[in-house]
Amino acid sequence: MTRRPEGLRTRYAEELALLGKRADRVWVALLAASYVAAPLVLDDFWLSVLTFTAIAAIGAIGLNLLTGFAGQVSLGHGFFIGMGAYSVGVLGGDLGLPVVVWLPAAGLLGALVGLAIGPFALRLKGLYLAIVTLGLVFVGDHVFRNARLLTGGPQGRAIPSPRLGELNFADLGSALGLPLGREQSFFLFVVPLLALAVLAAKNIARTRTGRAFQAIRDREIAASIVGVDVARYKVGAFVVSSFYASAAGALLGSYLRHVTPDRFDLLLSIQYVAMVIVGGVGSVYGSVFGALFIVLVPRLVEQVSPLIPFVTRTAGASGVTVFTLNQIVFGLLIIVFLVAEPLGLAGIWRRLRLYFRMWPFSY
Amino acid sequence: MTDFLQLLTQGIALGAVYGLTALGFVVVYKATAVINFAHGELLLLGAYLVYAFHAQAGLPFVAAVPLAMASMAAVGWAIERGVLRRMVGRPTFAVVMITIGLAIVFRQTATAVWGFDDLLLGDPWGASRVALGDLRVSAASVASLAAAGALFTAFLLFFRSSKAGIAMRATAIDQEAALAVGIPVRAVYAWSWMIAGATATVAGVFLAAFPATLHPGLGFVAFRAFPAAILGGLDSPGGAVIGGLLVGVTELLVQGYQPQFAPWLGDNFHVAASYLLMIAVLVARPYGLFGTREVERV
Repeated sequence: MTRRPEGLRTRYAEELALLGKRADRVWVALLAASYVAAPLVLDDFWLSVLTFTAIAAIGAIGLNLLTGFAGQVSLGHGFFIGMGAYSVGVLGGDLGLPVVVWLPAAGLLGALVGLAIGPFALRLKGLYLAIVTLGLVFVGDHVFRNARLLTGGPQGRAIPSPRLGELNFADLGSALGLPLGREQSFFLFVVPLLALAVLAAKNIARTRTGRAFQAIRDREIAASIVGVDVARYKVGAFVVSSFYASAAGALLGSYLRHVTPDRFDLLLSIQYVAMVIVGGVGSVYGSVFGALFIVLVPRLVEQVSPLIPFVTRTAGASGVTVFTLNQIVFGLLIIVFLVAEPLGLAGIWRRLRLYFRMWPFSY
Repeated sequence: MTDFLQLLTQGIALGAVYGLTALGFVVVYKATAVINFAHGELLLLGAYLVYAFHAQAGLPFVAAVPLAMASMAAVGWAIERGVLRRMVGRPTFAVVMITIGLAIVFRQTATAVWGFDDLLLGDPWGASRVALGDLRVSAASVASLAAAGALFTAFLLFFRSSKAGIAMRATAIDQEAALAVGIPVRAVYAWSWMIAGATATVAGVFLAAFPATLHPGLGFVAFRAFPAAILGGLDSPGGAVIGGLLVGVTELLVQGYQPQFAPWLGDNFHVAASYLLMIAVLVARPYGLFGTREVERV
């Protein structure tokens, strides 16, 4: 059988298929197998990297739906992450609700705020919208610091573990009678949720809604002429993306156990945008790669830094600290990716695959 | 009443510095359609360079400031030449993210070189105060008002009548048409970044001199100037001045009266207040008070 080059699709059904090719099915099987194997094989360090990645990836997918697919720029993603974390504190902690209630509820609360922010996108374009969402971060920070009853003020507050009746998802070991610690349990709890988020995002992206998003991104006026209800889909994009962000924030808070307002500053929003850019704008899987990259790089810098002579390890000192080095690497990464590889990791991956598929006739 | 006037004058002086910062945003936006998120860091680097030339190398203050301005103009030129020129024709948001990346690199470089401590700029005004009737105003704020006024005037004259200024305006209106009549559009981009670097230095000096001391957090002040630039309209230099004054006065008045009259709004409400003001203005006027409405084509 002759092989068709990657990306060439001849029927609409192929474009819509989730697991069209055999390779895709193999990948899914591999991932499922490694999900079961990972808690047994990997140590706590790597499991925590993967757990942070899974949580960040959920948020990044949400931002990618908004920015990458619908073309609406947002610097306020960190605010929604924070909202999610604090709503778990209130719903799960103060009211004692189980995880099956607080996780969707946190998402819905975020979605409600997204519904309130969305209409700004109808009135404002491009950079003006970016600055308004930036304003959201500052206003949100003020609220997080001052609504002490709900957020605990500048000192932050405790966030409960995900529980369902007797079952504590942060401590699956005792429930299942297996040697699973906190890291292992959380990994097992979070990754299926990421899979769910990917599946939902894929479904949004490949159907009517996703095509409407992309039409709005590419040329808004043209989209409205061909019958896309621009207002509805723009607000819809905000609602979906803030649902994702808030749910991710809920998981993040629960994993961290304690959150302070500093965590949800502008830098967090920028990190999420960086995940989308590094991963690949408009690629759902790319967001997962991007999240892994942005979570992993600082950890690696930390590991490598003792080997670099001029880096000091004490925080707050002058000279190049690990924190400084991390930030510089992060900033440079954004610049390098945007200048050199605008399609992100997803683009690199696609090219690599094409190279090997066409080999020995690759160019 | 004296309290009110005191707050008002302080607000105007702070607003002048915000206006100067906002002017930096506007110059770059007008020529290149990019919001420069690294502007706060240009301001920070500028102030640190003045510190390096004056307090560390021992040059007189009047020599250190122009020297720092020239260096920062060179930095602006290098940013345009080295990074942003490669981004021509790419989505605006990608370019904005590049400036965010630059901002992070600059800020960390500054802390690596000068540390996290509060430094004294060693400016000639110090803590001295001037009496204006019943009011006591810090000398630095008077100087900032004067310097900002002089720079605005110089800038508006330059923009209105000089050949380079007219070339910049033409480029802002229509890049292709500007190229067609022989305007060196690339040079115009470089000029606008150089102007941004130089004005950022002056704004940085005054920020380090009077509301605060010189420390790495100074770069975040640019985020307070965002509402100023947006309020006025991103492509209007005059709007930047008015937006700056509005934000400065709002901030000081809220800071002065909110704890007394509306304590339930919480601590440090003035930071959020300027953003709320901006959002309110944008809802009514999506392109700011004096911004030009973008024409959309299919």
